Amino acid sequence: MTTIESPRSGKIGSGKIAPKYNRTGSSRGNFEMIAWLFMRLSGIVLVVLIFGHLFVNLLVGEGIHAIDFGFVAGKWADPFWQFWDLAMLWLAMLHGTNGVRTIINDYAEKDSTRFWLKVVLYAATAVIIILGTLVIFTFNPCPVVDGVQLPGGFCPAP
Amino acid sequence: MPTKPAGTLYRGREGMWSWVGHRITGVVIFFFLLVHVLDTSLVRVSPEAYTAVIGAYKNPLMALGETGLVAAIIFHAFNGLRVIAIDFWKKGAKYQRQMLWIVLALWLVTFAGFAIRHLSLALGGH
Repeated sequence: MTTIESPRSGKIGSGKIAPKYNRTGSSRGNFEMIAWLFMRLSGIVLVVLIFGHLFVNLLVGEGIHAIDFGFVAGKWADPFWQFWDLAMLWLAMLHGTNGVRTIINDYAEKDSTRFWLKVVLYAATAVIIILGTLVIFTFNPCPVVDGVQLPGGFCPAP
Repeated sequence: MPTKPAGTLYRGREGMWSWVGHRITGVVIFFFLLVHVLDTSLVRVSPEAYTAVIGAYKNPLMALGETGLVAAIIFHAFNGLRVIAIDFWKKGAKYQRQMLWIVLALWLVTFAGFAIRHLSLALGGH
């Protein structure tokens, strides 16, 4: 006889499954359903955002040869592309993190292995989302260090 | 004596292999995403640092890598829409196999278009 374990993403005692197939109660009760729904909703939005990103950056004009500091500066001078990239960053990172979380739950059998893999995953996610968000909003097309303009920047004529 | 279940969606054949493909492409895209946010963040270090690192994306070997990555993205995108159709469309589960062939056909057309344009730009004399 093979014993089928209950899903790791909703262990007994987490308030999700047993007792009595409890569906409500703990605040974590709906987490897996919300995560499942988020994957589908964010997925649809990401198809549009990423296809648009690839088209504008790689297929128009000179394609990849046009990408340099000035290209990024030109895009982020426009709040439209700032918001586009911000939405892409957050949605893709959360979508990808939840996907990798599912994979860790599926393949790592030891409790402690699963725990530590997820600690690493969430730490990496937090660093990347915070870093990316700061970069988009603190971007400076004309960086100046110690009163000297860095070469390659877009500085207004003095 | 357990018998093999018939007509399942995720065991064997198209249903299972598309699921395997979705996982593998998903993980590949996720790790590229981590790297891509880091390389883009160099715009905050200096214009020259960014332009130097982005220059690495412009060599022919990387052009092949980018093409492979986009192949993964297009499959993950279209198969993801198929998964949504399976979950939310009343007849989704019934037609999941046919939908996979539609996904693969759309993948082929979209990927061919991308690869021709991107590789001729990236590998073309400049």
